[in-house]
Amino acid sequence: MIPAAFEYHRPKDVGGVIALLQQHGDEARVVAGGHSLIPMMKLRMTDVQHLVDLQDVAGLGGIQVAGEQITIGAMVTQHMLINNADLTEAAPILKEAALQIADPQVRYMGTIGGNVANGDPGNDMPALMLCLGATYTLTGPNGTRKVAARDFYEAAYVTVREDSELLTQLTFAAPKGGYAYEKQKRKIGDYATAAAAVQIAREGGLCVAASVSMTNLSDVPVWSKAAGAALVGTDCGPAAIRAAVDAALKDINPTEDNRGPVEFKRHVAKTVIGRAIARAWSRS
Amino acid sequence: MNDLTPPTHDERVANLKGMGHSRKRVEDARFTQGKGNYVDDVKLPGMLFGDFVRSPYAHARVVSIDTAAAMAVPGVLAVLTAKDLAPLNLHWMPTLAGDKQMVLADGKVLFQGQEVAYVVATDRYAAADGVEAVVVEYSELPVVTDPFKALEPGAPVLREDLAGQTSGAHGARRHHNHIFKWEVGDEAATDQAIGEAEVVAEEMVYYHRTHPCPLETCGCVASMDKINGKLTLWGTFQAPHVVRTVASLLSGIEEHNIRVISPDIGGGFGNKVGVYPGYICSIVASIVTGKPVKWVEDRMENLMATAFARDYWMKGKISATKEGKITGLHCHVTADHGAFDACADPTKFPAGFMSICTGSYDIPVAYLGVDGVYTNKAPGGVSYRCSFRVTEAAYFIERMIEVLAIELNMDAAELRAKNFIRKDQFPYQSALGWEYDSGDYHTAWDKALKAVDYDGLRREQATRVEAFKRGETRKLLGIGLTHFTEIVGAGPIKNCDILGMGMFDSCEIRIHPTGSAIARLGTISQGQGHATTFAQILASEIGIPADSITIEEGDTDTAPYGLGTYGSRSTPVAGAAAAMAGRKIRAKAQMIAAYLLEVHDDDVEFDVDRFVVKGAPERFKTMKAIAYAAYNQAIPGVEPGLEAVSYYDPPNMTYPFGAYICVMEIDVDTGVHEIRQFYALDDCGTRINPMVIEGQVHGGLTEALAIAMGQEIAYDEIGNVKTGTLMDFFLPTAWETPHYTSDHTVTPSPHHPIGAKGVGESPNVGGVPAFSNAVHDAFRAFGLRQSHMPHDHWRIWRIAHDLGLHD
Repeated sequence: MIPAAFEYHRPKDVGGVIALLQQHGDEARVVAGGHSLIPMMKLRMTDVQHLVDLQDVAGLGGIQVAGEQITIGAMVTQHMLINNADLTEAAPILKEAALQIADPQVRYMGTIGGNVANGDPGNDMPALMLCLGATYTLTGPNGTRKVAARDFYEAAYVTVREDSELLTQLTFAAPKGGYAYEKQKRKIGDYATAAAAVQIAREGGLCVAASVSMTNLSDVPVWSKAAGAALVGTDCGPAAIRAAVDAALKDINPTEDNRGPVEFKRHVAKTVIGRAIARAWSRS
Repeated sequence: MNDLTPPTHDERVANLKGMGHSRKRVEDARFTQGKGNYVDDVKLPGMLFGDFVRSPYAHARVVSIDTAAAMAVPGVLAVLTAKDLAPLNLHWMPTLAGDKQMVLADGKVLFQGQEVAYVVATDRYAAADGVEAVVVEYSELPVVTDPFKALEPGAPVLREDLAGQTSGAHGARRHHNHIFKWEVGDEAATDQAIGEAEVVAEEMVYYHRTHPCPLETCGCVASMDKINGKLTLWGTFQAPHVVRTVASLLSGIEEHNIRVISPDIGGGFGNKVGVYPGYICSIVASIVTGKPVKWVEDRMENLMATAFARDYWMKGKISATKEGKITGLHCHVTADHGAFDACADPTKFPAGFMSICTGSYDIPVAYLGVDGVYTNKAPGGVSYRCSFRVTEAAYFIERMIEVLAIELNMDAAELRAKNFIRKDQFPYQSALGWEYDSGDYHTAWDKALKAVDYDGLRREQATRVEAFKRGETRKLLGIGLTHFTEIVGAGPIKNCDILGMGMFDSCEIRIHPTGSAIARLGTISQGQGHATTFAQILASEIGIPADSITIEEGDTDTAPYGLGTYGSRSTPVAGAAAAMAGRKIRAKAQMIAAYLLEVHDDDVEFDVDRFVVKGAPERFKTMKAIAYAAYNQAIPGVEPGLEAVSYYDPPNMTYPFGAYICVMEIDVDTGVHEIRQFYALDDCGTRINPMVIEGQVHGGLTEALAIAMGQEIAYDEIGNVKTGTLMDFFLPTAWETPHYTSDHTVTPSPHHPIGAKGVGESPNVGGVPAFSNAVHDAFRAFGLRQSHMPHDHWRIWRIAHDLGLHD
C-alpha cells in the first residue's frame, strides 16, 4: 500500500487545472476527495505521474438553490450535502442518499464531483443524478459544455468526459413529490449490493411523473425510463409497482462478485426497487 | 469523623481496588489519547526498511528471480532470496507444529502471497519501488484449494520437500498431501453405540476459513549491535520469550545476547503467536547491514499471508434414545492447514483441544479423528480468540445438538438440559479424556432461558411462522441457543508444551521500601488490560493498592520466562503465578509483622492491607509499614528485602462455560438480518474485574458476529484470495454491532489459587454457534438442517430460495 512516485500539483483556478491536464495528457489525474483514486495509487493499480489536487481551485464549491434550479459545485462534500438546509428542503433525496455513503470520515472528504465523474458503477450519486435528470458542466481547453447525466456514462470508469476536461458543477431542477434512496449493502463503507433512487409526483390519487434509477446493477448507473412510465397514471399499488419493477429489471445486468451471484442480485434489486417506489409514493 | 478516624474494613477493601472491583483500565489513558507505543512507533537512527516480493500464484515453479533492476532503485541496499539465506540454513524455518516452512520461495511457491524476495532499502517508499522492480519468472502448476481433492490419488504434489517421508511430526502420512491423522477416544465402542441407537443424526458441519485480523498488523524491528554482539528485536509477539528461544536456536546467537521486546500490541487474537518470514528476514538483514531493519506488513499482506484460523470440515454422527438421552458422538475432521503446517498448538495436540467436542454434555462414549491436509492456501490454523480449536469444537457440538433436536422433533433447549453434565458429576471425566474442573450448567441455563422469556419467544416465533405462511410478513424469527464449555489455561507441563517448552507461566514481584511495587509476568497484553487486572490480583493477595503496583510484561531482559498470551491462558496460568508470588510476599510479611509486633508468627493474621494480632485488632502493622521494615531493620533469621517469584505449572486446565441466546430477525427476500437481542451469561469462575470482563465479552461477541455473519478468507479455484481487503473481509464497526446484555454465574475453579478460569475467548467460542444457530432456527420450521457459515446476505437468501420461500 505504498504508491509509486508522482508529481503533485496544486493549481488555484480551473484554467490552471486545464493547462496541467493538457500538458501531461493521460499521465495526469485530478484528485478531489481521493477516496477512489488514492487507494488505486497505493495498490499501484493506476499509474498517475501527475496528481492535480483540486482543493485550492476557486469556483468549484457552493450549493445554490435558486427557485426551481439547483446548482452544486463539484468540490462540495457529502458532508456539506447532508448539512445544507436549503438543499434538503428542495431535494431531500440527496441527504437521504449521502447518509448512506460510507461513514462520516469519508463524507468529510468525498465530493459529489468525484463521485459522479469517476464512472464507478458502485458510486451512489450517479444513479441519483440520472433519477433527477441532472446536467454536468465540463470545462476544457475549448471552453464549457453541458452533458446530461443520462448521456454521461459509457462503461465502467468510462465517461464522455475528455482527459483534458474537468467536471465543474452539477445542475438539476428541484424535484417534486415523494422520494426514496433505498440501498442494501453488506456493511458500512461497502458499495451497494443493489440500490434504487425514485422520485414520484402525485396529483390526487394518481402518479403524474416518476423517475427510477439504480446503482451497481450494471457496469454503468441505470435509469429505467420504462419503470417510470409504468407508474405514471397509476395509484402505485402492488400491481403498478410490480409492473415498474419488472420493467426496471429488464434494464439491468448485474454481475457476480463477493456480494453474491446474479440471481441473488436480481432478487435484491427487485425488492429494493419495490421498496423505494413504495416509500417514495408514501411521501408524495 | 475526621482524618484521624481509622478507615473501616470496607473502606480499606475499596482502597485496594482488588479483585471484584471494576477498576478503570490504567492502559486507556495512553490508548485513548494516541500515546501508545507500537512496533511501528519504534524509530531508530539509521533504520532501514524491508518489504516483500510476494507470489501472485498459488502454485508455481520459480524459474528465475532477477534483482538487477531493483538494486538500481535509489535507496535499495539489498534483495534477499532463498539463495542468500541457504548458506545460513535460514531459507526454511521450523513451524510451531513440527513442520517446516519456506522463509523465501525455494524453487516453488505454494500459496498466493507467499514471500519470494525481501527488499531492504533506506526508506519505506524505496523498498516498495524495489519490490516493484524485482522480476520473477514463474511457471504455473496445478492448484488445489479443496482438502478433499488434495487427498485424491492424482492430486498435485504440493510439498516436494517431503517426498518419501511416510511419517511426520504427528505420526504416519498416508498420502503426499496428508500431514497427520490424530485420534482420540474409542471408535469401535462409539460405532457400536451409534449402531444400536434409536435415533441418529448425521451432518457435515463446515467451519470456514477466517482470519484474526488484528487492527495492528504483524511487524518487527531487528537491531543487531555488532560491537557487543547483542540482537534486539521489537515485535508484535504474543509469546516474546518463545520468540527469543526460537531466534537463538535458528541464528546460533546465544540466548542471553538476544533481547525480545513486545511493546504495546494492537490486538493479536492468535495471529501474532507464530514466527513469520518477515522476522527472520529482518534479523538477517540487520546482521548483514549492521543497521536496524523495520518490517511492518500491510493489511492485504496480513490477510493473505499471516496465520488464518479454522477451515475445519467436521463430519458428525450423534446418537440418542427416543427420549433424547445422548448415547454416542463420532466426529471426523478434514483439517485444511494450507501449504505448511504452522498451527500454534501444544506439541502433543495437532488438532488442539478439538477433543473438547463433547461440549457441556454427558456423552458416555465418543471418538474424534482428525486428518490434517496440505492445500495451496496460506499456512496458519491459529486459535482466533479461542483456546486451541475450541471454537471449532463448540460450533460442531452446538450444531450437532440442533440437528439432533430436529431429528428427535424436540425443543433444542430441552434437549440440552436433558444432557448437561450435572453439578454433582464434577470433577467430570469426559469420554475424550478431559477432567472438567467445575460447572453448574443447569443453573446457568435456567437463568438464561428465564432472562429472555424463552417460552414467550417460542410462542412469538410460532405466531410469526403462521403469519409468514399467510403472506403477512417476509421476516422470520430465529432463536439461537448455545451452551458452551471451554477448555483454557494451557497448560500442565506433563501434557502441554510448545517446542519443548512447558506451558507454565510466571510472575516476579518486588515490593519497594515505601510500600508500592512492580510486578513482571511472562505474558503480554494485546489489549486485555493486564496492567489493570494483574495488579488487582496482587492487591488482594498482598494488601497494597492496585494503583501502587506497576505491571510490566513483554521485555525478555526483565520479565521472567513465560509462554505468553493466547488460549485464555493469562489469568489461569500467569494470574495463578501472580497469586502464588503474592502469597510468598505475604508469608514473609507475616514474619516481619510478628517480629515488629513482638509476637509469634502464628499469632498474627492477614486482614485486607495489614497483619493484626489475633484477638487484638488495634495491634497491627500495615503492609506499607512492613515493606519499610523489610528494608531498614535487621530482623533475625529474615533476609532483607521483599521480593518473590513464582513459576506456576497448572495442575489442570480450567473450564469456563456460558449460556448465550441470540434473537434474530431475518428478511427472506434480501438475506438481511437484525439482531434483536443478545443475552450472554458467562461463568468464568472468580471475577477479577467485572468491567473488563464485560468489555472482553462485548469484543469477543463482535468478532463472533463477524465470523458467523460474513467474515471469511475465500479462495477461487486457482487459489486467488477473494477477500484480501477490508472491503470484502468483514470487520464490524459500531454500526453493525448490536446491543449485548451480559450476565454471569460464579462457579470457581477448585484447583486455581483464586478460582479464576479466564474469559477473553468465551464470547468468540460461544458467540459463533449462537449467531449461526439463530439463522438455522429461523428456517427450522421450513425444513432447514444445515447451511454453512458465513451467513452473509446472499447465503441466507440462498437458504430461503432453496426452501422455496421465494415466488
